[in-house]
Amino acid sequence: MKSRMLTALNASGVLVGLLLLWQALIWVLHIPTFMLPSPIAVGQTVVSRFPSLVGSFLITAAAAAGGLLASIAVGVVVALIFAQSHWLRRMFLPYTILLQTVPIVAVAPLIIMWVGAGLFAVTLITFIICLAPIIANTTQGLISVDENMVNLFIMQNASAAQILWKLRLPHALPAIFTGVRIASGISVIGAITGELFAGSSSVGQGGLGYSITYALAQLQTDYLFALVFAATILGFLFFFIVMFLEYYFLHNWHESARKTETQ
Amino acid sequence: MSLGPTNSYTPQAPNEQPYIAFEGISKTYAGGSNTAAIPILQNIDLAIGRGEFVSLIGPSGCGKSTMLKLVAGLTPAGAGKLSIDGMTPANAREIVSFIFQDATLLPWRTVAENVGLRLELERTARFRREEKVASLLELVGLAAAAKSYPRELSGGMKMRVSIARALSTRPRVLLMDEPFAALDEISRDRLNEELLRLQNEQKWTAIFVTHSVSEAVFLSSRVLVMAPHPGRIAYEIPIDLPYPRTAETRMQPAYEDLVAQVSKTLRGVHSL
Repeated sequence: MKSRMLTALNASGVLVGLLLLWQALIWVLHIPTFMLPSPIAVGQTVVSRFPSLVGSFLITAAAAAGGLLASIAVGVVVALIFAQSHWLRRMFLPYTILLQTVPIVAVAPLIIMWVGAGLFAVTLITFIICLAPIIANTTQGLISVDENMVNLFIMQNASAAQILWKLRLPHALPAIFTGVRIASGISVIGAITGELFAGSSSVGQGGLGYSITYALAQLQTDYLFALVFAATILGFLFFFIVMFLEYYFLHNWHESARKTETQ
Repeated sequence: MSLGPTNSYTPQAPNEQPYIAFEGISKTYAGGSNTAAIPILQNIDLAIGRGEFVSLIGPSGCGKSTMLKLVAGLTPAGAGKLSIDGMTPANAREIVSFIFQDATLLPWRTVAENVGLRLELERTARFRREEKVASLLELVGLAAAAKSYPRELSGGMKMRVSIARALSTRPRVLLMDEPFAALDEISRDRLNEELLRLQNEQKWTAIFVTHSVSEAVFLSSRVLVMAPHPGRIAYEIPIDLPYPRTAETRMQPAYEDLVAQVSKTLRGVHSL
């Protein structure tokens, strides 16, 4: 407990130091605000434009969460199908790698052409880039069940559904969480990247990515910085939610979710 | 090399109907496209009486584990007939339990939930299940650990949970594949004694695969020494030590003689 507080203190000390350095650089080098706003100017912008900042934050959060949740639902189902047969995996698993390697910035214009710019397009882009890690990790988790554990269920004349719900899925849970953790990180990046291309303010308010392009065009560099901070907080938020869920579901039994004991 | 008074194995016509009967059982594993099929078991004849405790011992690759899998109905025989109390292995599953080398506990379930797994799969009512699990945990001395998770248990305790789970469906046949191989000697001895106590109470028939000669002698009414390439039963050594066997049994000269005899036979098979 004491050491954890010390860690927090050290980390926040670094933050304060960096902010001071930043402010000092601006004073000493006379950097114009449109190139690099001072921390104080950014702080003032955060306060004065708080409602629109929160609005953008929520729009991006919705797209990222929607895409992530959809990719979990679809990814787990696809993995369940893949887990059924060695041949299916051989035929289709390589294409999930394709899904991961295709540059999303190249695909985004196509998606806009097909579904139109807006929240749905952004969610779809997020969904596409989140899918591969979910499928790959879940499949691995489902097929790595110990053979004798399956034998145990077979000898009890367990149904396929019982083997799935009572053995394969719980066994795969740590692997699913690994996939979700990776996907949650890229979901925020995906949503913001998507908004750079496909964001729309047709409802009067765009997401963080859209607002970033807008702020850049207007040379509102202080607002741009505020948006970047909001995006960072969003990424942290997703990370912590997934970490919490992982701990909640796995801490009783799985090593990855247990606190390491320090001597 | 003299193998002493050991009988080379010739199957006897049993005077009563055997409980588990292997008749001309053979099993081959199909090799790859370029290799020939590999014979795992060749022409096994074996009759096991009701309530007998039979150990299989022999070098790796002699088909010991395959014998258990055949009885469990987990793999089909290539040729021959195998019956358990007159039933085919697939139909006999309800009266057969398998204890694997790994305790194969589900790590996300508590000890009590693991013991209750088979009853749960059978859809036994919850209150009946909890009652049964409590008495099973009492039986294997783990009542205090009911709410622990497998990761918190020692190897010996995990194996006790596995035994309790195997006994939960009141099996008539217990198949054990090196269940105590990973344990230290003291835990192993203690679990051997407990296993015999449980068998004395519940009278199941046991087939036990092991690499430990002393364990095989201590537990069994009969030790079958198997030889590889192809897998077959080479020698049969009756263990006529009186039951109940206890820690004292291990001090007796007759026990030590039998251990020496089985060891010698096993060495003979290894050099085949």
